[in-house]
Amino acid sequence: MTKKRKRLFRTLEILGPVLFFCLPFFLEEVDRGPYILDLLSMVGLYALLSLSLNVILGHAGMFHMGHAAFFAMGAYTTANLNLTYGWSIMATLPVAALTSGLMALVVAWPVIHLRGDYLLIVTIGIVEIVKIALTNDIFGLTGGPNGLISIARPSIFGFGITRPQHFFYLIWVMVGLTMILFYWLENSRFGRALKYIKEDTVAAEGMGINTTAYKLMAFIIGAAWAGMAGTIFASKMRTISPESFSFGESVTMFTIVILGGSGNQKGVILGSFLVMGLPELFRNFEDMRLLAFGAALVAMMIFRPQGLCPPKPSRYRLPSPYDSKYPGGGHC
Amino acid sequence: MAHLVEQLIYGLTVGSIYALIALGYTMVYGVMKLINFAHGELFTLGAYFGFVFLVTLNWGGFFGPAIAIGLTVILVSGLVAMAGHLLERVAYRPLRHSDRLAAVVSALGASIFLQNVIMVVWGSRYRAFNASLLPTVVWQVGGQNIPLIRLFVFLVAVAVMLGLYLFINRTRLGLAIRAAAIDQGAAKLMGVDVSRVIAVVFIIGPALGGLAGLLVGIYYGQINFNMGQIYGLKAFTAAVIGGIGNIPGAMIGGLVLGLLETLGDAYISGAWKDAIAFVALILILVFRPTGILRERVAEKL
Repeated sequence: MTKKRKRLFRTLEILGPVLFFCLPFFLEEVDRGPYILDLLSMVGLYALLSLSLNVILGHAGMFHMGHAAFFAMGAYTTANLNLTYGWSIMATLPVAALTSGLMALVVAWPVIHLRGDYLLIVTIGIVEIVKIALTNDIFGLTGGPNGLISIARPSIFGFGITRPQHFFYLIWVMVGLTMILFYWLENSRFGRALKYIKEDTVAAEGMGINTTAYKLMAFIIGAAWAGMAGTIFASKMRTISPESFSFGESVTMFTIVILGGSGNQKGVILGSFLVMGLPELFRNFEDMRLLAFGAALVAMMIFRPQGLCPPKPSRYRLPSPYDSKYPGGGHC
Repeated sequence: MAHLVEQLIYGLTVGSIYALIALGYTMVYGVMKLINFAHGELFTLGAYFGFVFLVTLNWGGFFGPAIAIGLTVILVSGLVAMAGHLLERVAYRPLRHSDRLAAVVSALGASIFLQNVIMVVWGSRYRAFNASLLPTVVWQVGGQNIPLIRLFVFLVAVAVMLGLYLFINRTRLGLAIRAAAIDQGAAKLMGVDVSRVIAVVFIIGPALGGLAGLLVGIYYGQINFNMGQIYGLKAFTAAVIGGIGNIPGAMIGGLVLGLLETLGDAYISGAWKDAIAFVALILILVFRPTGILRERVAEKL
């Protein structure tokens, strides 16, 4: 019975994404197809953002609620390079990652050692400062409260990405690549170190893990990814303004990770669909949906604090002297 | 510099409001080691209850300004205290022994919930709080303008804080609160009913926060459903400046932040006014995490 169910889940796990990627072909025929595709792209964008936050919050266990700041950095980097210097969108992608990563380095360095909820408050402070800076047209780069307009559409090898289904594929392929990369990262030495830091920072430090360096690295990787999501967002929307990068957006990403099951990629994807997609179904109850959302968070923490889909406890094989994979008995 | 005294008085007025809210954060943090994110929403709730009594029901016209204000202050504080107590019962008590993150997320959820309840009930537009209870008198003292309303807000806040200070330092329950804040386990062993202390803290804190909301409504003449967010963050900053968990610290921190902000607004830049509080918050946490008094916040390994 359980074996059968396991096989069913396996099949679903493979079949699900395949079907999902075929979706645009069916949706083209449907009346509200473009709207649904747009919504799914938005879900994908938030999945991308939440996967990057997951590295910081889920794996390293740092309460970071200012992710929108890095998202904004990426979006405004792209917009400026595109509007002022005429760079193509895809060329700005690595630059956006770089600037957001750099920003994370500068901003996080002094505060990375703060205890959990203090870090939370500081990151909220950072996101508020960034929003104020954007609204005040800092260095004449952000266009003030109206933001920047008429950002170009991206194109890949001359193929213009303009229609909703193009964005759908662009975003979800990025989500897929990110999942593969972060999965690999999670199971690398780096990922194990983060897991240790999350479970017990003092013990990790005692085992010789440079906790500050690893925490900073997690922050920078997460921020760089959020920056790239910012690039996609800027070119998808073609207009960016400070409202898109408020504290509320940070809370949304934070909730996606917590709700889905922090540390688990599948959980984060599920969370993105629930938080971004589900409320759209209840558009008629617009006023009530955030209300229900808040209540759900409280209930969740009381009855299922680990999230809907928490990560499985990891298993490591003990190094044995007969195993050629671990010569010398250990690998540290 | 001609208006320095004016600015100082303005700063103290705003600061006393921050201090009132900060007290709620600091008392809860002291006893439970939890940042009560929903505190800002309790503050907003106070403003809207005041709006109902003074504007919708127009008590000022019924009872005359003095009785109306007195009644409203008592009722608003009481109602918000009840809301705070309920909040603790529903959202925090079940999580008392669980993970820190769970409690923080629950607080966030409660904050989102309350904010949207307020929005659903009273709408998302700014509401005019035109209760015109106080005569718009402006005194001229040595070339400086001192409006009556500023003094009123400041004096009410200071009187309440003085009362709280006496309560905390002169009564048995106050002693219990201080003991629970220093070491919950030891306080329990000494026979302090920590559950009761937490309940009391969740009554006093919201009462003060709700009162602050009422004062903001009267003072600025308009209220909005999400005003608690920014006031909450600033008040939390004030609590950190004073050393979180420390009751006199929150009062001092509030006044310091109010002065910093108004002076920055007047002499540096008005557009960046809101950023001053957050920059101060980050600088304090990085360089002097204990605030003006006590509480370690950084992990020393």
